Amino acid sequence: MRKYISFFRLRFSTGLQYRSAALAGIVTQFIWGAMEILVFRAFYKADASAFPMELHALSSYIWMQQAFLALYMTWFLENEIFDSIKNGNISYELCRPINIYNMWFVRSVANRLSRAVLRCMPILIFASFLPAPFGLSLPKDLNSFLWFLITMLLGFLVVVAFCMLIYIVTFFTISPQGVRMVAVSMIELFAGSVIPLPFLPDGIRQVFELLPFASMQNVPLRIYSSDIAGKVIYTSAGLQLFWLITLILVGKMLTNKALKKVEIQGG
Amino acid sequence: MIKVDHISKTFKVAKRNAGFSEAVKALFNKQYEYVKALDDISFTINEGEMVGYIGPNGAGKSSTIKILSGILTPDCGSCDINGRTPWINRVKHVKDIGVVFGQRSQLWWDVPVIDSFELLRDIYNVPQIKYKDNLEELVTLLNLEEIIKTPTRQLSLGQRMRCEIPASLLHNPKILFLDEPTIGLDAVSKIAVRNFILDINKRHKTTVILTTHDMQDIEAMTNRIILIGKGKILMDGTLSDMKKVAAVDASIDEAVVELYKQYEI
Repeated sequence: MRKYISFFRLRFSTGLQYRSAALAGIVTQFIWGAMEILVFRAFYKADASAFPMELHALSSYIWMQQAFLALYMTWFLENEIFDSIKNGNISYELCRPINIYNMWFVRSVANRLSRAVLRCMPILIFASFLPAPFGLSLPKDLNSFLWFLITMLLGFLVVVAFCMLIYIVTFFTISPQGVRMVAVSMIELFAGSVIPLPFLPDGIRQVFELLPFASMQNVPLRIYSSDIAGKVIYTSAGLQLFWLITLILVGKMLTNKALKKVEIQGG
Repeated sequence: MIKVDHISKTFKVAKRNAGFSEAVKALFNKQYEYVKALDDISFTINEGEMVGYIGPNGAGKSSTIKILSGILTPDCGSCDINGRTPWINRVKHVKDIGVVFGQRSQLWWDVPVIDSFELLRDIYNVPQIKYKDNLEELVTLLNLEEIIKTPTRQLSLGQRMRCEIPASLLHNPKILFLDEPTIGLDAVSKIAVRNFILDINKRHKTTVILTTHDMQDIEAMTNRIILIGKGKILMDGTLSDMKKVAAVDASIDEAVVELYKQYEI
């Protein structure tokens, strides 16, 4: 265990070094969030009753999404891992007494957390000072806030477990480009990061909500904005847990398979 | 003790001729060739031995090292290193070995070398007292006090290599695999590295297997030489055996060229 903790520490502290990247990220995310809210406001002005969420709830959804983007963006993959598979540096990781899957998992968690920690506060503070309905409002009660935290953690781990699959597939395909592009653009839509899932038409929505992608940011963000409440919270969290376990098991199985046939590229 | 028994490894390699039309043809009908990287390899190495593993490019040296360190799984054959099969008991096996790949780096790029060392300490669960002793020994032997505070990305190749080797030794491995450890080093660093490896072998009875193209490395460090070519072991003996087979009374480099000619590799 200690090895994973100290690996986490090293990665986390490396991530904290990039201050100007964080500043640029904050600005981008703030502008992006504002833009999205403005676009939605135009739609709401036309006919507010046509939408499944109220504008203030949507604003909270968007601000939380932007603040914790680093936890949930699936396109934030680690090039170092792809490179190590591509050019064969993975041979060093393989001759250590560690489990490759766990190591990469810890590494992704640390990397994403360090980014999120640097970025979330300014966005959260700034957004909570914005006037209603454009600002970030508090969740309805303490209970839903607690569930927000729990499902946020679960969703974050589902994202990492899913990204692990993308890394592992690279063992089989040699180049990560193709898988990466398909997976990432697909997830962006399925996870509700382009538009929240409640906005999708009936029929498609119910299917999407069962997929692992809906167990990422969709659940915590909608609990925060009270769009998911009552019993649905438990089923959503249960589904998250189910996907988390499934994805990890599949990932571990694939890793074992990949390591048996691994060829070290580049001599 | 290392006992390798009839190990073979084949790689599937995509092949095609040059040119655009050939590339289009390969789109529909891809031609593969099976290359025998290792073909029925057997040898035994005793504890504390220092063995030079030589052969021309593509002979199968690195593949052997990778199989011995548990990274690659051979097609057939068996291998017993201190009672374990590397590719089956990978995690337990690698606790006892140290590996240096001269062309790659194991130090984390953007942190000082000492941080990498400390992470390795935790990865291998080295007790703090032992780690301190080892670090002190390694740092004094290789004169690293100043270097280890610098981030890896700012080190020169020679400085980096002088850190790579101790990084593989922090956990007192019983066996050390060195895959071209002196590649690209200047004369001073080369000699420092050689003396250091000799010293480690004497002090800790570490078994060392060394692949290199630099025959002076072999001359300075090893008694026994295993010559491999086209995946087969061609000779296993001492330096003077080798010179005898080559039947030339010349420098060791020329003897090797002569041997390569004789074996047509």
